[in-house]
Amino acid sequence: MYAFDIARPTTLDEAKAAIAAGGQALSGGQTLIPTLKARLAMPETLVSLHGIADLKGVSTDSAGRICVKGATVHRAVAEAVADSFPALSYLASRIGDPAVRNRGTIGGSVANNDPSACYPAAVLACDATVCTDRREIAADDYFQGMFTTALEEDEIVTEVKFPVPQAAAYEKFIQPASRFPLVAVFVARFADGVRVAITGASESGVFRWSAAEEALSANFTPDALDGLSVDADGMIGDLHGSKDYRAHLCGVMAKRAVARAV
Amino acid sequence: MKLTMKVNGREVTGEVEGRTLLVDFLRSDLRLTGTHVGCDTSQCGACTVHVNGELVKSCTMFAAEADGAEIATIEGAAAEDGTLSAIQQAFQDHHGLQCGYCTPGMVMTAASLLKENPKPTEHEVRQYLEGNICRCTGYHNIVKAIMAASGQEMPAMAAE
Repeated sequence: MYAFDIARPTTLDEAKAAIAAGGQALSGGQTLIPTLKARLAMPETLVSLHGIADLKGVSTDSAGRICVKGATVHRAVAEAVADSFPALSYLASRIGDPAVRNRGTIGGSVANNDPSACYPAAVLACDATVCTDRREIAADDYFQGMFTTALEEDEIVTEVKFPVPQAAAYEKFIQPASRFPLVAVFVARFADGVRVAITGASESGVFRWSAAEEALSANFTPDALDGLSVDADGMIGDLHGSKDYRAHLCGVMAKRAVARAV
Repeated sequence: MKLTMKVNGREVTGEVEGRTLLVDFLRSDLRLTGTHVGCDTSQCGACTVHVNGELVKSCTMFAAEADGAEIATIEGAAAEDGTLSAIQQAFQDHHGLQCGYCTPGMVMTAASLLKENPKPTEHEVRQYLEGNICRCTGYHNIVKAIMAASGQEMPAMAAE
């Protein structure tokens, strides 16, 4: 790693000041620290968000949305929403491994927007709102491609607010070495329709499968997906799976998710 | 920067750079070399320790972030007189290791598991060990050792 300083603010205002002065936010570090080790980043100062109590915790707002503060670790989310939003709890409980879940955070995950990360699928499928230190961003506007989001360089994800679906499920085809999804699908049924978000598959990062959404909004059963397929063009192809294989898995995992949700 | 932490019940202080990893502080500054570095990319779990009672990969946390924390490493697992912990003893009794490189992380992870879930099933043990890689044993004897440490009869293992 290149040399850098670490700032440890205890309030959001202190963190904003340190980042405005040129620092880079450090949340759980489960992606950023390996990136630093590979010398793919060269910050002068890392601003650890870990000590900011106001950035941790899970609550429910007056609209019934589940609100997860940005620096809440995966394990805490899994425990907090086990009864209120089991699909999100399951997703959080299967990220990485137990040690990673004790450090990695939802804010870090959505800010990084790894094309194979788990959380972006839930955020997009639930039409969640990403709140930052300066604004609120709808999920459809937030994710803009692999490792690309609507965030400004110095913006901090403070909270993610999830409308709770009537029925939902997350199905992940795990890549056993990395424990990231090879392909994973989050299906969420709301009163006004079904949303389907897929992660791990596309070179453009997390995306909505609109044909499946339409079919499932009319008939929320696995069979409704018969005959539908995702175009292999634009899928990720690597040593773990070809473009065609990933496209195929989109359909398989979507069916499994619906089967689990109904 | 200066930092203070409690490691295996003992107050320690040190001077680190921002980029100093917790595992490097433990191994190089405190000379607690029981915590191993296998992959250095947070895949293998050989560096697993407890920070404020929670399982953490010490190669993927900065020492500075552990300022003020309580750390437990493998050196603190046995009693003062050298008597092994129940988990360590079970690893010995059931030959839960071959080369031993992953063992410190395995023991620390097993300790967390049994604290959260004193009577895990074999499946739960295997799932909890997802972040701890062993290249020798094929995991069977590790799983057996953890089941035995939980005081459970060892079931017939799936792959035996």
